[in-house]
Amino acid sequence: MIRYILTRLARAILTILLVMTFAFVVLRLSGDPAQILLGPDAPQDAIDTFRARWGLDDPLWRQYLAYLGQILRGDFGTSMRDGSAAITLVLERVPATLALTVPALILKLGIGIPAGVYAALHRESLADRGVIMASIFGFTIPSFVLGLLLVLVFAITFDLLPAGGQDSWRHAVLPIVTMSIGGIGILARFSRSAMIEVLGQPYIRTAMAKGLPWRDVVWKHALPNAAVPIVTLVGFMVGSLIAGAIVVESIFSWPGVGRLIVVSVANRDLAVVQCLLLVIAATMVIANLLVDFAYGLLDPRLRSGRPAH
Amino acid sequence: MTAFPAQSRPGNSNPAKPDPVKPGIITRLRLRMPLLVALSAGWLMLMVVVALLADVLRPHEITRMDLMARLAPMGTPGHLLGTDEIGRDVLSRLLQSIRVSLVIAFGATLLSALFGTVLGFLAAQFRGWVENVVMAMADFQAALPFMIMALSVLAFFGSSMWLLVCLMGFYGWERYARIARGLAISATAQGYAAAVIQLGATPRRLYLRHILPNVASTLIVSMTLTFPEIILMESGLSFLGLGVQPPQTSLGNMVGFGREYLTRAPHIMLAPSVIIVLTTLAISLLGDWLRDRLDPTAR
Repeated sequence: MIRYILTRLARAILTILLVMTFAFVVLRLSGDPAQILLGPDAPQDAIDTFRARWGLDDPLWRQYLAYLGQILRGDFGTSMRDGSAAITLVLERVPATLALTVPALILKLGIGIPAGVYAALHRESLADRGVIMASIFGFTIPSFVLGLLLVLVFAITFDLLPAGGQDSWRHAVLPIVTMSIGGIGILARFSRSAMIEVLGQPYIRTAMAKGLPWRDVVWKHALPNAAVPIVTLVGFMVGSLIAGAIVVESIFSWPGVGRLIVVSVANRDLAVVQCLLLVIAATMVIANLLVDFAYGLLDPRLRSGRPAH
Repeated sequence: MTAFPAQSRPGNSNPAKPDPVKPGIITRLRLRMPLLVALSAGWLMLMVVVALLADVLRPHEITRMDLMARLAPMGTPGHLLGTDEIGRDVLSRLLQSIRVSLVIAFGATLLSALFGTVLGFLAAQFRGWVENVVMAMADFQAALPFMIMALSVLAFFGSSMWLLVCLMGFYGWERYARIARGLAISATAQGYAAAVIQLGATPRRLYLRHILPNVASTLIVSMTLTFPEIILMESGLSFLGLGVQPPQTSLGNMVGFGREYLTRAPHIMLAPSVIIVLTTLAISLLGDWLRDRLDPTAR
């Protein structure tokens, strides 16, 4: 088990290192931040001072090492635009995003999984077909189309809910619904097929043959086994709690991390974008790590140190 | 996605008598699904035809402005689907958008399948550090939400059609790589691969002529799953203004610009939305059906 945890940890750290390198290389190779921030008409000496101040004249490898060193010391750089610490800018936005993504995640789990399990237990029934159709619809509608349709219906036509902004809980309703529909569809479909797969296994037949009540078969034998693949997907959803709202935040002008990403990418605010990439990737990696440990708890066979894939 | 080889074994290793089961499933599917599947296939064929003939079919140039008829509603004579804010014909732009979005999605799906499968096979063939590098790259790709990666690349390099296709070609490659690697490793453990190796086949021959045909169905099914996601990703990026750039147009691009006129002229946004939803829906339905027919590992 220790070995299993250590290999996973090593891979997680390696992944984060790769993300940092990617962020650094792409952002540095793609253009001169001095030109962009100071504008095309900036005098040459202003550009020179700017470049010297941000270390843009050093060779790339030295900039890279300096960047890694800063991060190890907990310094994520300062925004080139307003001079405040990049990490503060990012963390300021996190609560607003979580206010949308956490309720959406709860809706996804609370509706998606029960619907999928119910459909699997009542295969070929009307409810099953209903769940299949609804879930296919749910994940084929892009969030920006769904969001705009909801605005058209609930904000413009019937004037029930606000179309954008962040003043009260009513402003959060449409974004949360928009965000959760797709996830509900995916989870319902996924838990349905995981459950059907498990229900076809010989140990379920054995459990039934020895006379266990159906409820016990489902709760004690089928669900824990179906949980393994479902946990993977849920881990991915937890990992995208911070980054998963770019489009929806744009539609509803919600001042969260997603907006910050779009704005700082448009402004080429290097430090903020790098910091965002790092925070987002770290969230995803930690979520995946937790999933790996959850596998170990759920499935003793994986503890022997053999990775899941 | 993960746990592929271990989980798929039981279903795969007892195909002793598939015959009595198979006709049951297929006939049931034929009885239940044919209409929907046929409709989906029909819709997709229509989309392909539109994409191929967009130049001939569209009534106006996509950039031609009819300033007298700005924001005309649907059904206006001469502008069947109305016009947009500067009087460009929505139908013509829609046809062109279908072409652009489909070309990107097709190109990207093929690229990502090719790239992922090759890397997966390389990992399976060489194991050792090659495998570790490929898997580390797959971890990296899975850790960074694609939208974020795409946003940073597009915003910093600017958006061109080629860059967009290439970038989208990275979408989902890690899935193909993992699947191809898992399937190739289990295939090499099977009798036929060992036999071919004993007969002196080169690795290239082994992978292209023997393993690939055996794992193709699973890969094709993955492609039908990735294709709609790529359409959604491209339209999402274009919606945010970072994908296809004006004067060129794509489905997401149209939705993005139509958003400004949601109250006065909802048709600008609704027309491409309907196309996106119907197309992804059709591919999903078709993909499900294909999976039931082709993919032995998916039950």
